[in-house]
Amino acid sequence: MGPIDEMAKTTGAWLRSGGPMSDVVISSRIRLARNVKGFPFLAKAGETERKEIFRTLTDRISETDIAKDSVIIDFEELSALDRELLVERHLISRQHAEGEGSRGAVISLREDRSLMINEEDHLRIQVLASGLQLDALWKEINRIDDLIEAGIEYAFDPRFGYLTACPTNVGTGIRVSVMLHLPAMKLTQEIERVLRAARDMRLAVRGLYGEGTEAIGDFFQVSNQTTLGKSEEEVVREFAEDIIPQIVDYELRARETLAAERAYQLDDKVWRAVGILGNARSMSAEESLFLLSHVRMGVHMGRYKAVDMGLLNELFLQTQPAHLQKLHGSPLDGESRSIVRAEYFRRRLGGNN
Amino acid sequence: MGILCQHCHQVPATVHLTDVLPSGEKRERHLCEACAQNEGLLLKPQEGITSILEKFVKHGASVQQTAKLQCPECGISWREFRSQGVLGCPHDYEVFAEHLVPLIERAHEGASTHVGKVPASSGVSAKRQARLVQLRRELAQAVEREDYERAAQLRDEIKAVEDGPN
Repeated sequence: MGPIDEMAKTTGAWLRSGGPMSDVVISSRIRLARNVKGFPFLAKAGETERKEIFRTLTDRISETDIAKDSVIIDFEELSALDRELLVERHLISRQHAEGEGSRGAVISLREDRSLMINEEDHLRIQVLASGLQLDALWKEINRIDDLIEAGIEYAFDPRFGYLTACPTNVGTGIRVSVMLHLPAMKLTQEIERVLRAARDMRLAVRGLYGEGTEAIGDFFQVSNQTTLGKSEEEVVREFAEDIIPQIVDYELRARETLAAERAYQLDDKVWRAVGILGNARSMSAEESLFLLSHVRMGVHMGRYKAVDMGLLNELFLQTQPAHLQKLHGSPLDGESRSIVRAEYFRRRLGGNN
Repeated sequence: MGILCQHCHQVPATVHLTDVLPSGEKRERHLCEACAQNEGLLLKPQEGITSILEKFVKHGASVQQTAKLQCPECGISWREFRSQGVLGCPHDYEVFAEHLVPLIERAHEGASTHVGKVPASSGVSAKRQARLVQLRRELAQAVEREDYERAAQLRDEIKAVEDGPN
């Protein structure tokens, strides 16, 4: 049984619950985009060069303590389902899972670190944590970056900074992302205003799985887009001290307002979600995220106490398509997945229904 | 047939104007093409078309020149970059700098200069980096056409550049 089969049974570090502001902030993530000096970017790299980049980077990483308690995964030896599972766990991007040619990742067994090799850039280092923990993440990713750089030269230019395949990442190559759960602002219809304000500040607001995904079930991912002219610390500080605490504050106030003025409506949402999850006979991934969002809100607001956050996080992850198939032990089409998913929820939440 | 030109009274008017006088009163004028041109109301046709065409061709040429702009290291053209959105090698930032800077500024709130972390070893010359890109590209091509003798040569050269003084 490989490390990925083991993974499917648990939740990753970022979903293991806890962490500062975890009643609103699900997880924090920082990534750095880097390219190895002396190689073309991937658009102009042939298979020979891709292989060499892969080898150069995995060799270098193996010489450092990053390799300890990590697995080096060659995607050409990994099934599509396993790659999809890594996407659901936020360890790799969908683009990376669906890419071609020599590529892979070095993933820590604790799942708090993932280095993607030959994605859009030669190297994308990312670190993850539950709740709002950006300062700690920055320290850690900076350390990892230094370790790798001590034995490899990055493509760097004094004027443009770290050179990346896409000029939208050039400079620091940093992307800070925070995943937020904002159900109350959705119910009070304040969400659009806040999201608009975020976009005006040149922040990207996306869904659960990053680029190109819709916000489903009140889960939003907020990230910076500017990587030039602003230091890494500045971006991190803006997020940690300003942007995120403000959004969290709005959400908590919306929750208070709901509890004070429309408690019956709030409880109705929570209990309907509990009822459907415990009784449905077929359920899409999208519907389950929507319902889990409401249950989560109920638990965080102390209005529903029959489940704890650990179980919710587990259900959240394990009912995603690839996890469901992995745990079921065989591939399932969309319709069968909906049936198996409903069964799974009934077993975990519905008692004897 | 419509009205004759109010100026020469010989040719049917094809240019119809409504002037608004300072008093607010409207005055209609009907002129033939030749008289309208004489009054400076119309461009002479040859001139007009030629100059418009000329501008168009000149503009087209500069757009084409930009599109043809190509990186000598990785071979990517500006057109290729614009259609796929990603660059071919680090050297492109230098080759395309003039055209790239406006795009970069738009993407980064007006900034075009790096602020932040600098790698410890950033003193290494860009030239050497460019040379390595080129050698590796040649190596890849040599391997592809199964020219292993040339590939071995190139590998030695790459090693020498890699290990050489910065």
